Amino acid sequence: MSTFQLEIQLVAAVVAAACALPGTFLILKRMAMMSDAISHAILPGIVIGFFLTGNLSSPLLILGGAAAGLLTVVLVEWIRKTDRVREDAAIGLVFSSLFAVGVILIARFASDVHLDTDAVLLGELAFVPFDRLEIAGYDLGPQALYATGGVGLLCMGFILLFYKELKLATFDGALCATLGFLPGVLHYALMGLVSMTAVAAFDAVGSILVVALMVGPPVSAYLVTNRFGHMILYSVALGITASILGYWVAHLFDASIAGCMAVMVGLQFAILFCVAPEQGLLAAWKRRRRQKWQFAIKMLVIHLLQHEATPEAEQECRIDHLQGHMAWEESFAQGVVTRAASQNLLHTVGEYLELTHTGRELAREAIVHS
Amino acid sequence: MEQFFDDYTLRTVTLGTAILGAVSGALGTFAVLRRQSLLGDAVSHAALPGIGLAFILTSSKASLVLMVGAGLAGWLATAVVLLVTTSTRVKYDSALGLVLSVFFGAGLVLLTFIQKYPNANQAGLDSFLFGQAASLVVGDVITMTVLGGIVLVALLLFWKEFKLLAFDPEFAHSLVLPVRWLDIGLTTLLVVAIVIGLQTVGVVLMSAMIIAPAAAARQWTDNLGVMALISMVTGALCGVGGALLSTSTSNLPTGPTIVVCAGGFVVVSMLIAPHRGIIWQQVRQTVQNRKLKSEAVLLDLFELARKHDDLGYPHMETALRVIHPKRGTLYRQLRRLEGRGLVKMYDSGAWALTPDGILVCKQLLDERIR
Amino acid sequence: MVNAIEVRDLTVAYRERPVLWDIDLDVASGVLMAVVGPNGAGKTTLIKAILGLMKPAAGQVRILGKPYRNVASSVGYVPQRGTVDWDFPTSVLDVVLMGLYGRLGWIRRPGRSERKEAIAALEKVDMAGFAHRQISQLSGGQRQRVFLARALIQDARVYLMDEPLQGVDATTERAIIDILHSLRSSGKTVLVVHHDLQTVSTYFDEVLLLNVRRIASGPVSEAFTDTNLGLTYGGRIAIIKDAQ
Repeated sequence: MSTFQLEIQLVAAVVAAACALPGTFLILKRMAMMSDAISHAILPGIVIGFFLTGNLSSPLLILGGAAAGLLTVVLVEWIRKTDRVREDAAIGLVFSSLFAVGVILIARFASDVHLDTDAVLLGELAFVPFDRLEIAGYDLGPQALYATGGVGLLCMGFILLFYKELKLATFDGALCATLGFLPGVLHYALMGLVSMTAVAAFDAVGSILVVALMVGPPVSAYLVTNRFGHMILYSVALGITASILGYWVAHLFDASIAGCMAVMVGLQFAILFCVAPEQGLLAAWKRRRRQKWQFAIKMLVIHLLQHEATPEAEQECRIDHLQGHMAWEESFAQGVVTRAASQNLLHTVGEYLELTHTGRELAREAIVHS
Repeated sequence: MEQFFDDYTLRTVTLGTAILGAVSGALGTFAVLRRQSLLGDAVSHAALPGIGLAFILTSSKASLVLMVGAGLAGWLATAVVLLVTTSTRVKYDSALGLVLSVFFGAGLVLLTFIQKYPNANQAGLDSFLFGQAASLVVGDVITMTVLGGIVLVALLLFWKEFKLLAFDPEFAHSLVLPVRWLDIGLTTLLVVAIVIGLQTVGVVLMSAMIIAPAAAARQWTDNLGVMALISMVTGALCGVGGALLSTSTSNLPTGPTIVVCAGGFVVVSMLIAPHRGIIWQQVRQTVQNRKLKSEAVLLDLFELARKHDDLGYPHMETALRVIHPKRGTLYRQLRRLEGRGLVKMYDSGAWALTPDGILVCKQLLDERIR
Repeated sequence: MVNAIEVRDLTVAYRERPVLWDIDLDVASGVLMAVVGPNGAGKTTLIKAILGLMKPAAGQVRILGKPYRNVASSVGYVPQRGTVDWDFPTSVLDVVLMGLYGRLGWIRRPGRSERKEAIAALEKVDMAGFAHRQISQLSGGQRQRVFLARALIQDARVYLMDEPLQGVDATTERAIIDILHSLRSSGKTVLVVHHDLQTVSTYFDEVLLLNVRRIASGPVSEAFTDTNLGLTYGGRIAIIKDAQ
C-alpha cells in the first residue's frame, strides 16, 4: 500500500466519521432529507466564497458553504411557517433553487477554473493527496485531511459537550424547551455542523456521498441497536468500514471511489436489513412463525373461556367450528388443538374442547394483559 | 464554445421542454398534495443506474431505451422505500435519503465502466446529470410526447379515483376501490413523468420540476383540476422560458435555468396570489386589526352607557382612556367611528353612541355570544 | 331476519399485539348502536375490520349476511375527521360527490343529476349554502356534516361512523343526532363510535362496551350498567356517574 492509498483511505475514514456524527441526529429527528438539501444548497456559498478569495482551499469557503446551508434551513422553516407550502415541498424547492443558482454562477463566471459542477456532485477522492498542506516548506499531509478532521473534531466536541441536551432535544423537543435548553439553538447548531461537514467533505467525496454517509450508516445502526450512544458509535464504525471497503472495491474494478463507497453503504444496510437481530427480515419472519402458534393457542383458550357454560357452548366449542369461524385451515386448527392439549391447556371430550384449570388461567391472564 | 442554433433546433428544444414541463406539472400536483415531493428527488437520482445499465446492455443511446432503464430503476427505488418503511422502523425520510444516495452511487460506478468502453461516446449520458436541452433531437421529442401523452390520458381517465386516493384513501378503500393498485399506478405515472425530463433537466434538478409548478399553482386556486391545469401551464412556461434563455445566452445551462424560473414562479405566487398570497393576507390582517380596535372602543362606549340606562349617554374621552391608555390611538378610533356615523361628539367634547352605533353594538354582541 | 352486522370470533392483531380479542357482535337491522370504550380499546379498529380495511387474524364479519366486498354499496362510512388533509384543493360539493364514486364505477364522471343529489344530501345536513366553499374554510362541526353528507349520498343500509360527535359544536351535535334518528326510523342500521358516556342513553338504542374484548352489548338499559362500565374502564368511570 502506497502513502497515496493510505492517505486516501485516511481521508475517506475521517469523512465517514464526521458525517455519521450529525447524521445520527438527522435520522432520529426525521430530517434525513435535510442532508440531501444542505449538501446541494452549499454550492452557491462555496462559489461566492471562491469569487471572494479566488482560492479553492480557503477556510472562507467552508464558512460560505455553512452560511448557505443555514440559509437553507432558515428558508425551509420560513416557508413552512407561512403555511402556503408543506415542509417536504419547501425542502425540495429551496435546495434545488439554490443548487441551480450555484450551477449557473459556475457556468457563467467560473467555467475556466477547477471548480466544476461534476466535481461538486461527485467529488474525486483520488486527487485528494495532490492538494497538500504546507507550512514553512514542511509537507503536513493532504489538505482535505485537516479540513474534514477539523470539522469532525468540532462535531465530536459538540456532541460530547451537549450530549444530554441533544438527546433530549431529539426525543422530546417540548420537554427540552420547558427545561430551558433552547432546542431551537441546538437545532441550528446541529444544522450548522451538518453544513460545515458537507462543505468540508464535498471536495473529497462530492455531495451525494455526503448524503450516503450521513444517512446510510446511522440507518443501518438504527436496525441493530436501541440505544442512543451505541447508535452513534456503530454509525461511525459502519461509516468507516464502508468507506475503506468502498475504496478497495473501487481500486479492484477501477471504478468511481465515491460511487463504490455509496454502494458499500447500501450493501451494509441490505445485509443488516435481512439479518439484524430484531429488526431484520429474517428475525421478523422467525418471530412471526413462533408467535403464530402461541397467538393461535391464546386465541383458542380465550374463545373457549368466553363460551364455556353459555347456551351456545355446544356449538362454539367444537373442533370443526374452529375451521369455520376462526377461518383456520383444518390442519392448522388440529395443530393448535394438539399443541394446546400437550401444554395441558385443554382436553378433548369427543368432538368438544374443554379447558383445563391451567388453560382457564392462561386465558384470563391473556385477557387482562391484552 | 458557441453553438449555432437554427430555427429547427430551437423548435425541437422548445417543444421538448414544454412537454416535460406540462407532464411534470400535472403529476407534481398529486405528488405535492400526497406529500411525496421528495420522492421525486429520490426517483430522479435513482434513475441514473438504470440509464447506465440500459446503455451497457443495449449499447444504444436511443432515448426510449434509456428512459425505460431509468423508469425501471426509479420504480425499483420506490419499491425499496416502501419495503424498508413497512418492514422496519426506518422512517420514510431516512429510506429516501438512503435509496437516493446508494442508487446514485451505483449509477456513478456504472458510468465509470461505460467510460472505458471502446466506443464510449459518453457525452450523451453525461447530459443526464445536469440535463442538456440542446442535445434534444426530434426523435427524443416524439418519445417524450408519446410517453407524456399516455401519462396525461391515464391521469384523465382515472382522475376521480386518483383524486379520492389523494384526499381520503381509507374512504376509497371502503368503496372497494383497489387502493393499492391505484397507488402503484399513480406512482408509476410520476416515475414516467420524471423520466421524461431527465435528459433535459438532469437527475439532480428534476425534482424541482415536480414540486415547483404544483406548489405555485396551489396558491392560485382551491380546485384540484384548475390546480393541475395551472401547474401544467406553469411547468411548460418555465420549461420554454428556461430553454430559450439558456440557448440564447452563452454559458447558461438549461436545467438550472428552468429551475430558477420555476422557483421564481413559486415565490411570486406565494406573495401575490389572491386569497393565499402573503401580501394580501397582511393587508387583510391590518384591516381586520383596525376593525377590531375600533369595535373595541365602540363596545366600551356601549358598556359605559349601559350603566346609565341610556344607551346614548355621552362620556368624556377621559372615561374611555382608563381602558384605552394611548390617547392618540383612541382619538383616531373615535374619529373613524364618527366617520361611519356610529358615534357623535357633543360640543362639550363628550362622545355618545348614535342609534346606528347602538344597533351595531347589539349585533356585535349577538355574534360574539354565538 | 338477517342481522345487519354479524361479527364472529373477530381477532385483530397489530404487529402480533392483539387489538381486538375474539369479538362476537350482532347488530339487528334498524338499530342505532354506540360503541364505547377507553382509548386504545379498539373502537376504530373494529370499524375498520368490519369494512375490511384491516385484515383480521381470525374470525369473520358478515354485513347483511354477506362478506363486505359483496355489499360494499350498501355500506356508508364516516371516517374520523382528522384522517384527511383539509387543505386539499377541493370544494364541499366535490367531497360529497366522492360518496358516489363507488356507484359511478370507473372512468364515468359525476354529472348534473349526481350534483343535484349532492346538494340534496348537503341540505339534509344544513350545509347546502356551503356547496362551493373550499373545505379548509369550514369549522370542525361543518367538516363533520360534510363527511356525514358524503355518507348519506351513498344511500346505504348500514352506516359505520367513527367519532362523528368528537369535538363538534352543540348545534352540529343536535343536527347529527337528528339525522341518526331519522336514519334509524327509515330502517337503516347505524354503528357509531362514541366518546361521551353521559349521552349514550339519550342518543342510542343499543351499546357495545369494548375494551379489546367485548365487555357487553345490547339494549342500553341492559348493557350500560355500572358493573359493565367498571369492567370496561377499569373502575374509574364510577366517579363520573356518581357526579351526575
